[in-house]
Amino acid sequence: MMMYLKNFLLFWYDFIVGDDWMIAAGVVMALVLSAALARRGLNAWWVMLVTVVVMLAASLWRETRRSRSRSSA
Amino acid sequence: MTTGMAILVLTAFLASAVEAVEALTVVLAVGITRGWRSSLIGAGTATLALAGVIAALGPALSLMPIDILRVIVGTLLLVFGLQWLRKAILRAGRYKAFRDEVVLYRAELAKAQAAGTTIRAGMDWYAFTLAFKGVFLEGLEVAFIVLAFGTSQGSIPLAALGAGIALVLVVAVAALVHQPLSRVPENTMKFVVGLMLATFGIFWSVEGTGMAWPGADVALLGILAFLTLVSLGLVAVLRRMYERQALIAANAASMGE
Repeated sequence: MMMYLKNFLLFWYDFIVGDDWMIAAGVVMALVLSAALARRGLNAWWVMLVTVVVMLAASLWRETRRSRSRSSA
Repeated sequence: MTTGMAILVLTAFLASAVEAVEALTVVLAVGITRGWRSSLIGAGTATLALAGVIAALGPALSLMPIDILRVIVGTLLLVFGLQWLRKAILRAGRYKAFRDEVVLYRAELAKAQAAGTTIRAGMDWYAFTLAFKGVFLEGLEVAFIVLAFGTSQGSIPLAALGAGIALVLVVAVAALVHQPLSRVPENTMKFVVGLMLATFGIFWSVEGTGMAWPGADVALLGILAFLTLVSLGLVAVLRRMYERQALIAANAASMGE
């Protein structure tokens, strides 16, 4: 039973989050920050936009480094 | 039809077309090697199951307050869309191999030929299971997009229509050519879908927190243009890095000779 539950949760994790959990974590953090700023009356709509670009670029950078270390091994 | 609705239909259409091409490779290989009856029943059952998922979850999602819905759906769409975009950028930048439907088709063909036959109640259950799994797993991404996009945009039937048209089109072409659709520009389509999902994900998640976008709905076009430019820039950077890396490797190899 526990194994089925584990496999079920792993499937959904892989389905939504995929290869790089850091992107999902960055998006959630940006969302929390945006909500906090909105509560203080700040219209910081750009926070999510900047976070997405930074997280995407960082994720691609990590993947290229992994690829380089794989090919040099 | 508004711009938002047109984008909704286009995104559902492109996502469904890509996933249908991928599922078709499996169904075609299983159908040719193990017989069409069980394979088509498997694929049909999976399509009905996906339609059932959309029909069951759609009305439930529509009951949620719009701000909460947009935060949840926007965040999920954004994370999901960035996954598609990331893979498409890596493929375009040559850091990830392109999906080759012909190679995958041959692999599925070999697997289906090697497996033993178990016929019960007039059905080849291996063929049924493989076709069901192939269609259901690929289609689940489309169902997710139809549900998330359709609910936030206020029209699940329109999103389902876009996805349905793509499915019919892919099946019709496959019935004519009887081979995997390897000429479909899958990566370009995934790139576009990734951009659309990320754009709407950013827009809705930020709106859901109570903030207002400058220019209201027009901001969508701005976000899309900005993300497209950034993504194309990232592809260019990756390609340059890859070429430099290949050049260094070639030089090292020639010095070693």
